[in-house]
Amino acid sequence: MKRALALLPPLLTLALILGIWAAFTGPTGLPSYLLPSPSLVGAALWSGLVTEGTDWPHLAFTLTATLVGYVIGSIGAVLVGALVAESRLFERFVYPYIIAIQAMPKVALAPLILVWFGFGLASKVVLVALICFFPLLVNTITGIRGADREMIEMARSFSRSGWFVFVHVKLPAAAPAIMAGLQIGIVLALIGAVVGEFVSSDRGVGYVIGSATVNMNVAVMFAGVLELAAAGMAGSTLVRWLHRRIVFWEGRPSHPSAES
Amino acid sequence: MSTPVLELRDVSLGYRTATGWLTACEGISFSLAEGERLMLVGASGCGKSTLLGAVAGFHAPHAGQLLLDGRPVTQPGPDRMMVFQEFEQLLPWKSVADNIAYPRRLAGTPRAEGRREAETLIAQVGLTGFADAFPHTLSGGMKMRVAIARALAARPRVLLMDEPFAALDALTRRRMQDELLRLWRDFGFTLLFVTHAIEEAVALGSRILVLSPHPGRVQAVLDVPDTLEERAALEARIHRLLLPEEVALHA
Repeated sequence: MKRALALLPPLLTLALILGIWAAFTGPTGLPSYLLPSPSLVGAALWSGLVTEGTDWPHLAFTLTATLVGYVIGSIGAVLVGALVAESRLFERFVYPYIIAIQAMPKVALAPLILVWFGFGLASKVVLVALICFFPLLVNTITGIRGADREMIEMARSFSRSGWFVFVHVKLPAAAPAIMAGLQIGIVLALIGAVVGEFVSSDRGVGYVIGSATVNMNVAVMFAGVLELAAAGMAGSTLVRWLHRRIVFWEGRPSHPSAES
Repeated sequence: MSTPVLELRDVSLGYRTATGWLTACEGISFSLAEGERLMLVGASGCGKSTLLGAVAGFHAPHAGQLLLDGRPVTQPGPDRMMVFQEFEQLLPWKSVADNIAYPRRLAGTPRAEGRREAETLIAQVGLTGFADAFPHTLSGGMKMRVAIARALAARPRVLLMDEPFAALDALTRRRMQDELLRLWRDFGFTLLFVTHAIEEAVALGSRILVLSPHPGRVQAVLDVPDTLEERAALEARIHRLLLPEEVALHA
C-alpha cells in the first residue's frame, strides 16, 4: 500500500506530461511528422512489440552488443585497474596513456572501429567495451588505492604475502567503488551500442531509429527511444540491486542504540 | 624480572616528508616484561604512534635495535596485534564471529574450532548474541570490543593499542577501560598502549613512559602506584612534565 502510494506522484507527473503532449498534437496541433501524438507512439510500440513483433530482433541485437561489451569491458577494467593500482612499473608505463584516452570522447572512434571490426556485432561489442572500460578502470584504481591503511596493516600482520592482502582486503575494500563504476558503465554501454548502430548497422534499435529518420517516421523513432529507455532503466536497476546485495555494508549508519 | 618480551635499545625513527627528513623520536630505550602494561604518553607529534608502528613491524627504525623475545623485529607478524583508534578496522564483509576467528583461521585452525574460540571471546568482551552481526550494524564501542577480541584471538606476545578509546564518548571510554583491565586479568597479556590522555595512562598502566615532543625522547619512566592519592599525584606530575599548553588543555 505504501509502495503504491509512493508511485502516485510520478504517475501524476507522467499523466500531466502525456496530457500536455496530447493537447499540442493530434489533428488540431503540430503535424505528426514533427511531433506525433502519444497514441501514435503507442500504436508504433504496440505493433513493433506485440502485433508485428518486428522490434524484438533489433532489441535483442542491441542488448546482446550491450551485455557482451559490458562484461568484456568491465572484466578488463578491473584487471587493468588492479595492475595499475598494485604495480608501480605498470603505472609508470601505461597510466599516462590511460588518462589521455579517458579524456578523449570514445564515440569519435566509432567509425574507425567499424572499419576495423566490420558492420556486425563485433564492432558494437568493441565500442561498448571501450566506452564502459574507463570509468570502471578509474574507480577500480581509486578503490584499491583507497583501501584503509589500518586494514592493510592488520592484514600484513596476519600474512606477509601481497597477494593475500590484495584478495582479502584491498579488493573487497574496493568493491563499493567497483560497483559504482559498474553502475556508470551499464548506462554508457547502451549509449555505445546505439552509437555504433547509428554509424553503420543493419540491425539494432539504433538502426531502427536511424532508418525511421530517413522516412520521417517520428512515431517509430519515439518508440525506439522508449524501448532503449526501458532497457537502460532495467539494466541500471539490476546493477543497483546487485550493488546493494554485494556491498551490503555500505552506506548504512551504525545502530545508534546498539551500545548497551 | 624475567627476560623482556619487548626491548628497545636506542631506537630512532623518522620519515621522509615533502620538506625533508623528519625525526619522529630518537634514543628511545625501554623494555617490557611479560604481563606488563606499559603506557606511552606524550603530546601529539611526539612520535608515539610511529614508535608503536615500528614495534608492529610496519616500518623499520633507522637507528637502534628493536627486539621481540630477543630477536630483532623485521616485519609484521601475528605475535604483535594492533588495535587502532578507527572504528573501521574490522572487515565489513565479515560477521563479528568471522572477524574474530580470522587470525586463527589464517593460522590454519579448522572452521569449527575457530568459531568456538570466537564464541568464547565474544562472551568475554560482552558481545553475546552478536556473533552473526555485521560491523556496520554495531556502535563504535562494540566495534572496538570486536577489534580487541580479534587481537586477543591471535594470542599475541604483545598487544599494541594506538589510542583505541580516543574516539569514544566519555562514558563508553570509561567502560572500555574497565573492560580492558578485566580482560588483562583474564588473559594476562602484555600491553603496549599509546595515549595522549594522562588520566587514561594512570588508570590503565602498570608503568608509564613519558615522551617529550618533537622529536620524542624518553622524559621519564614512572611506576603507577596503587593508592588513589598517589595516582592523583602522579597524574599531576605528568601534567607538569608535558607542555604547558597541554596542562592548560587538561585544566
